[in-house]
Amino acid sequence: MNTFLRVMTASAVMAMAGLVGQVMAATELVVVSWGGAYTASQQNAYHAPYMKRNSGIKIINDDSAGSAVAKLRAMSQAGNTTWDLVDAVASDAMMLCDEGLVDEIDHNRVLASAPDGTSATDDFGDFIVSPCFIPQIVYSTTFGYRKDKVSRPMTSVCDVFDLVNFPGKRSLEKKPINNMEWALICDGVAPAKVYDVLGTDAGVTRALAKLDTIKSNVVWWTAGAQTPQLLADGEVIVGSTYNGRLFALIEEQKQPVAMLWDWQVFDLDGWVVPSGGKNKAEVMKYLRFATDTQRLADQAKFISYGPTRASSAPLVGKHASLGIEMAPHMPTDPENAKTTLLFNYEFWADNRDDLDAKFNAWLLK
Amino acid sequence: MEQSPDKNILVTADGIPLKTSLARAQRRSKFVAFMMVFPLLFFIMIGFIVPIVDMLFLSIDNSIVNRILPNTVESLKNWDPYANELPDEAVYASMVDDIKKAKKAREHTKIGTRLNYESSGFASLFRKAGRKVQKIDKPPYKEALIKTDKRWADIYTWQVIKQNSSDLTDGYYLAAFDFTRKFTNGKVEPLPEKDSIYIKLFFRTLLLSTLITFLTFVIGFPVSYMLANVPTRISNILIIFVLLPFWTSLLVRTTSWIALLQQEGVINDFLILIGIISEDGRLAMIHNATGTVIAMTHILLPFMILPLFSVMKTIPKSYLRAAISLGAHPWVAFWRIYFPNTGPGIGAGSILVFILAIGYYITPALVGGSSGTFISNRIAYHISNSLNWGLGSSIGVILLVIVLFLFILYDRIIGIKNMKLG
Amino acid sequence: MSRLPSYLSLPERIWHYMFWIICFLVLFFLVFPLLVITPLSFNAVPFFTFTKEMLAFEPEGYSLVWYKEFFTSLNWQGAVKNSIIIAFFATIISTFLGTLAALGLSREHMPFRTLIMSLLISPMIVPLIISAAGMFFFYSRIGLQGTHLGVILAHAVLGTPFVVITVTATLTGFDNNLIRASQSLGASPTKTFFKVVVPLITPGVISGALFAFVTSFDEVVVVLFVGSYKQRTIPWQMFSGIREQISPTILAAATLLILITISLLTTLELLRRRTERLRGVSPS
Repeated sequence: MNTFLRVMTASAVMAMAGLVGQVMAATELVVVSWGGAYTASQQNAYHAPYMKRNSGIKIINDDSAGSAVAKLRAMSQAGNTTWDLVDAVASDAMMLCDEGLVDEIDHNRVLASAPDGTSATDDFGDFIVSPCFIPQIVYSTTFGYRKDKVSRPMTSVCDVFDLVNFPGKRSLEKKPINNMEWALICDGVAPAKVYDVLGTDAGVTRALAKLDTIKSNVVWWTAGAQTPQLLADGEVIVGSTYNGRLFALIEEQKQPVAMLWDWQVFDLDGWVVPSGGKNKAEVMKYLRFATDTQRLADQAKFISYGPTRASSAPLVGKHASLGIEMAPHMPTDPENAKTTLLFNYEFWADNRDDLDAKFNAWLLK
Repeated sequence: MEQSPDKNILVTADGIPLKTSLARAQRRSKFVAFMMVFPLLFFIMIGFIVPIVDMLFLSIDNSIVNRILPNTVESLKNWDPYANELPDEAVYASMVDDIKKAKKAREHTKIGTRLNYESSGFASLFRKAGRKVQKIDKPPYKEALIKTDKRWADIYTWQVIKQNSSDLTDGYYLAAFDFTRKFTNGKVEPLPEKDSIYIKLFFRTLLLSTLITFLTFVIGFPVSYMLANVPTRISNILIIFVLLPFWTSLLVRTTSWIALLQQEGVINDFLILIGIISEDGRLAMIHNATGTVIAMTHILLPFMILPLFSVMKTIPKSYLRAAISLGAHPWVAFWRIYFPNTGPGIGAGSILVFILAIGYYITPALVGGSSGTFISNRIAYHISNSLNWGLGSSIGVILLVIVLFLFILYDRIIGIKNMKLG
Repeated sequence: MSRLPSYLSLPERIWHYMFWIICFLVLFFLVFPLLVITPLSFNAVPFFTFTKEMLAFEPEGYSLVWYKEFFTSLNWQGAVKNSIIIAFFATIISTFLGTLAALGLSREHMPFRTLIMSLLISPMIVPLIISAAGMFFFYSRIGLQGTHLGVILAHAVLGTPFVVITVTATLTGFDNNLIRASQSLGASPTKTFFKVVVPLITPGVISGALFAFVTSFDEVVVVLFVGSYKQRTIPWQMFSGIREQISPTILAAATLLILITISLLTTLELLRRRTERLRGVSPS
């Protein structure tokens, strides 16, 4: 009896404490993103102003986006989702959506319309590539080259495959995506037909054969920081990476590197809402704020990624600390976007496993 | 001794036959011993053995097809996949029904992902079907479904589904051994040489591990010999050179090797300084197999030296002296007398280093580039990037079998009871 | 070093010196990578290279900025805190369970000794990536993935084999007559345990605990899978640092870890001496 009483009292006290704690403490939203400069830009453009307006909300940054896909699946299996919002690239967002790990969103209901009244779906347009995905930025995978180590400026992506005029090492990402497309374009395939060709065995062989011509001169990277590092060290003369990393290398660290925008591949990054999150209502309120026209334009002050709303583009201003105009550094700027590919989500969702295996088998040869 | 009914049986003070009493005491002692071990055994079972066995199940589990497409699997039972004929209306009807239900539970894309591992294209096929199937509400279902995507009119699509409809699959193991199943005839074939990947990776892992083991042996043997043959006073100091790296964090040592080996790194700078290479001729020693081998040889060297040293310490120095004094050339004496005695040490060290090497993940991931990665890196990739957990598990199980085999070998040669640490 | 006998021939002498040179080169190879990292951590520029200023020993070439970064950044502070918490609790669990099991295993009438021993030390044999994968799948199913408890339990599993092995090793040299003597002199089993057994196995227990602690403190593969950002440890942070943004902060962390290693090593050596002293006085 004594024990029973003690247990009861203890649990009552604990329950009380829990209740009081909940009333007193702010609601914490765990937002998972990529860390570094990218999380900092979100903190400055979205989190900080939102917390200023909503004193009851505390946003916790969790830099786990790199392993988010596997961890989300793990959480959902356990039925204990501790994340409220996750930043994911579009292809991962689609995979998560397919797996039922993130919620489908009614974009027009959840998100704000543009200032001129355009609905969210029209404002984001084609960038809503999955019913679960709330687009945030357009980034591109493109090339940077060492100005001082080439005989003439590189202007075409095919210069990367040209070892005669541009001898030296190049760095490419250690996966088939993007590399296969560039290889085919430089092998003479019409850009509009790239995925038709890549969908056939002969096309895959053709792309790998083209990559074979530079294979011995390629340093393969797996993390976005590697190409800037390799360029700065002079280990490679040209390398692919995310355009924001190259911007930092050129404008902030003042390295002798220039952009090669030809056939940059646009990709999207945005928010997904984990199924089973515990603060859905608060998350939706946050999303309405953080993805409105002004906020998306604000983020471009801190990092050179383009806003996904059409209505945000005219509002992009100067870099917060460098004071330079950001528009010319956006991948979506007309000067930079003369030749572009948009990441083909459907194609890669179907062929990623297969081509990835073939690509890795090719690497092993 | 008390009186007993039968004088031939020894009894204890309380009249119980000694044999019984002894057996009872022994049983009690056994029980006590077991109860002391039990908490840890239980902990290891739940915390470690069960997860490993769970992984084994994951590598053959295929219940998802039956769970999401139950009606289709049932109605496909009577369909002959090799008769060159599309399934009948009933099968299409159950497929439409299954997809409708799955769509409601948001599971239609899961089945697409699963079948996409077997054959590219299923992901989009089911995603598309999920979008359009709600509009199909009356027969003929066959035509309606084919209208959503013409692949539904392809016998191949149904062959794939039919052949993946049992609750267990060997598909992941086939993939892990670089085999593929031709769904058009159900035959298993090896992948063409150019597409084979896991066998090559296993082979590379074994090859590099062997090389690393050999290098640690060649480098470690003289030092162990030296340590075992200098006075204890000196060896106690010199062994610190072995123990310090042994105890230092693996990541610290890997980081050091990055600083040393990279193109702008310490070794290249030094070689330029002394004029062996030119500024343009900086050596590429990292992000390739060379980097992995150098760093791992360094990291695993203490695991070779320590067992060698402890065995060598027990070999009497008089053996060698006796042989030499009997007229053997020092080299012959060493080779014929000393070396065979170090056998257990060599065995222990080699197997230990080899077992550790083939399971390495961190160092190859950081310094291995593309030519120096191991099979472990592929396991990690499938778990955290491609989400193909079945394939990741099956590769893991194969690696585990290799390691267990080596471990049994180790037990036969050295005996796990004799395992010692630093 | 040792005196050379005068009857050795010239090739033998040359070989003798060669041998010593080889040995010292190997010892150099073993510690050099650890030595090189320390000066680099005082680098003034964000690279892993010796600058001209550093080689000329000019004060401008050196800086404490990376140590400052280490001690002020939230990522690293969290990592230090997590490392200590996780290693501490994992060590307690593995030391307690491991010591108890080792005592049981060393009793005369332990059934299935070899089988059980193999099971108990299996976490040490199975490649970490496999343990990590298995634990990741299973722990996520039971809700332990991404929790401190999950990582602590996983690390305790990895640490126990070391405790079992070291304590068992201490007990192999253990003279059971000591227990009989104690009991025949009238001590209760409890008293015997605390007065006779405990002092003798303590060094084994402590060195096993140290092994367990270091295992957890160094471990990165399992924590990468079983843990999440909230459970990030120092090695976790170093691993993602090397992949994402190479900065000498990692070297500063590494230097601090080497210092910890040296102090642990000293502790172990002192313990070893104590065991030998105790062994020396015990009848054998």
